[in-house]
Amino acid sequence: MLRLISVAVLLVTWWIASLLVGGAKLPPPPAVLAAIVTEAKSGALFLNLGATLARVTLSFALAMTLGTAIGYWMGRVRLADRLGDPWLILLLNLPALVVIVLAYIWAGLTEVAAIAAIAINKLPTAVVTLREGTRALDPALDEMATVFAFPRGKAFRHVVLPQLAPYVAAAARSGLALIWKIVLVAELLGRSNGVGFEIGVAFQLFDIPLLLAYSLSFAAVVLVIETALVQPFEVRVSRWRSRAA
Amino acid sequence: MQLEAVITGKAYRNAAGEQHDVLDKVELSLRSGEVGVLFGPSGCGKSTLLRILSGLDRDYQGHVSRPSQARIGMVFQEPRLLPWRSVEDNIRLAAPGVDEAKLSALFDVLELSAHRSHFPSELSLGLARRVALARALAVEPDFLILDEPLASLDDALAARLRQQIATLIEGRTMLTLLVTHNLDDAVRLGDRLFLLSARPARLLRTHSIDRPRSARSEADIRAIRTDLARLDLPNR
Ligand SMILES: Nc1ncnc2c1ncn2[C@@H]1O[C@H](COP(=O)(O)OP(=O)(O)O)[C@@H](O)[C@H]1O
Ligand SMILES: [Mg+2]
Repeated sequence: MLRLISVAVLLVTWWIASLLVGGAKLPPPPAVLAAIVTEAKSGALFLNLGATLARVTLSFALAMTLGTAIGYWMGRVRLADRLGDPWLILLLNLPALVVIVLAYIWAGLTEVAAIAAIAINKLPTAVVTLREGTRALDPALDEMATVFAFPRGKAFRHVVLPQLAPYVAAAARSGLALIWKIVLVAELLGRSNGVGFEIGVAFQLFDIPLLLAYSLSFAAVVLVIETALVQPFEVRVSRWRSRAA
Repeated sequence: MQLEAVITGKAYRNAAGEQHDVLDKVELSLRSGEVGVLFGPSGCGKSTLLRILSGLDRDYQGHVSRPSQARIGMVFQEPRLLPWRSVEDNIRLAAPGVDEAKLSALFDVLELSAHRSHFPSELSLGLARRVALARALAVEPDFLILDEPLASLDDALAARLRQQIATLIEGRTMLTLLVTHNLDDAVRLGDRLFLLSARPARLLRTHSIDRPRSARSEADIRAIRTDLARLDLPNR
């Protein structure tokens, strides 16, 4: 209920502001809605949202898989940690824009370059989080698994993974937030479809209703995915904790 | 099956590189069917010794021989259950071969039947210990290791668990090694007592109790305790 009121206040504020500054600079809500409907009818909205979502999914999966594996390895093996650390610091401090531009220069304006660039931006934080999680693994439980001769796979699945799960969830959450932002930049700079590309087009044409139409649709998709996928996952992995009380 | 250990030293090194001796000279041997008791003051190195004997710690001076295929069931000083698995799953994960009959029998003896589907965080320390004990026995061990299984339980609970341990040990021929710093528990459960000095632990003497556990009367137990007390162990 409170949320609804809050959204209504936002809409009203927007409307009043558009009356004050003039519809050319800030179109009123109905104009943006009309732009959304037009794009939806032509199918372009869904095509572009789909292209962006596909890029997000692929780069997210890539970064999470690699990040978890590398983070686990660096957390377990001293040598790997010492060798990997300088790379990690470099990647952490490299601006996203630099990675994207370099990827396009080296690999061309291709899908692979875009997805790789997005994944590389997310990778170091996933590695750091998972390394942290691996370092926090309880050695007492490792010993238990050793004494009772758990096979490797079983020990990983039943002893290690449940301890890492909260860290995986944290990395997923922060990583997704990062990817939502970066994917648009990558599309703006080097792709010919996707939400970022359309926003670039709207910017060049000064078509503000179109710009807002894509921005808001995208934000809505992000919101739905966060609440429908990410939050339930977080609850699920820490379910056994809630029974502690 | 037989356990032979000749340990001549074990030290931990701290971050500053200083050596911290935990074990001195400890020699012990134990045969299948026997219950050995490591008895010594708190902090003398008993848990450290168990980690060496179980093969968890290979960084020591000396030699331990134990059949390599020996199945080990261990009750650590803390229960070390997986918090995200139920009591039953904790046991089945460690002992995939355990059948329902065996499991029920264990739960019966240890009075755990009502707690099968509980999670470790829902258990008291006494219950968690019993689950750890059930897990160790469910693997049908050749070598059972119990690290202070009766510590920090109130007297009545400790006595009951001691009785349960005695029953379970009687039910299977295996090598059992138990750690305690309670002389009464040592005398009631053990066949061979290994008396250890304060840290760094040195084997002071070995004391065999010939009378079978079940035949030991209160008078026998008192007599053995008096005998051992005369050795004035704490001051050696
Ligand atoms: N991993 C470790 N690193 C450094 N010192 C340790 C470690 N584990 C145990 N110690 C030290 O070794 C000594 C013996 O410990 P422990 O074997 O647990 O004693 P006990 O089981 O007889 O009470 C203690 O002084 C303890 O502080
Ligand atoms: Mg101990």
